[in-house]
Amino acid sequence: MPETLLFYLLAGLAISASALVIGQRNPMYSVLLLIASFGALAGLYIQLDAPFVAVAQIIIYAGAIMVLFLFVVMLLNAPQEDAAPWDRTHQLRQPGVLRFGTLLAALLIVQLVWALGRAFGVDAPVASRAGGNVSSVRELGRVLFTDHMFAFEATSVLILVAMLGAVVLARREDEQ
Amino acid sequence: VIPLSHYLIVSAILFAIGSAGVFLRRNLITILLSVEIMLNAVNLSFVAFGRAAGDVNGQIITFFVMTVAAAEAAVGLALVIALFRHKESLNPDAFMTLKW
Repeated sequence: MPETLLFYLLAGLAISASALVIGQRNPMYSVLLLIASFGALAGLYIQLDAPFVAVAQIIIYAGAIMVLFLFVVMLLNAPQEDAAPWDRTHQLRQPGVLRFGTLLAALLIVQLVWALGRAFGVDAPVASRAGGNVSSVRELGRVLFTDHMFAFEATSVLILVAMLGAVVLARREDEQ
Repeated sequence: VIPLSHYLIVSAILFAIGSAGVFLRRNLITILLSVEIMLNAVNLSFVAFGRAAGDVNGQIITFFVMTVAAAEAAVGLALVIALFRHKESLNPDAFMTLKW
């Protein structure tokens, strides 16, 4: 079945690209791999009958946010991780603390596996059209601008505040 | 037809990868990227649940998550630039003092 094959292909691509993102030492490669992961996720959204979300994912995430990350990575020209000698001798780099972080990550994975063991019972077919057409952009816009009007306006204020905050934070202090 | 649980499992694996990145990496930019991975994992499960329920609200909340992620990236990267100017380092362990 080509649909199932495509799902496993896209899911495998998204997971392996995301795993490589946190495995890279160079943040430049991490950002580029994350763009690949977001592209695969956009394919999954199209399979879920959400074409508008898929397009927004490409335009906003891969197009805007990741380019912002790329700008910062290139602007800082940061040294490689653990390059400075004090990095390796720091008190937070001692084995006990490292083991605690690994313990927390392992704990989360155990919890997720336990939760997923129960998720296997949820076998509702995703393709069922219980009510309404979820792929309709018209319906999406109607709900967004009527039922979620306040959240929409609050989001525009949030973006304005974030813009002002970014300008203030990134300004050089010796200019004032 | 792909069952809902498959999408949930992909979402959970992505979330685990993102949280492992936050726990294990020592680079502020990689930590911010891991946060983006976690946000996307949650977006995927929202859209999958919305599709299973035949409801557009799953997609609506995805747009709000995307906007908040954009705001978070803008402010977070501005903070990273400001921190890098002071210490010439992206290691979060370098920023342990409350005042300099």
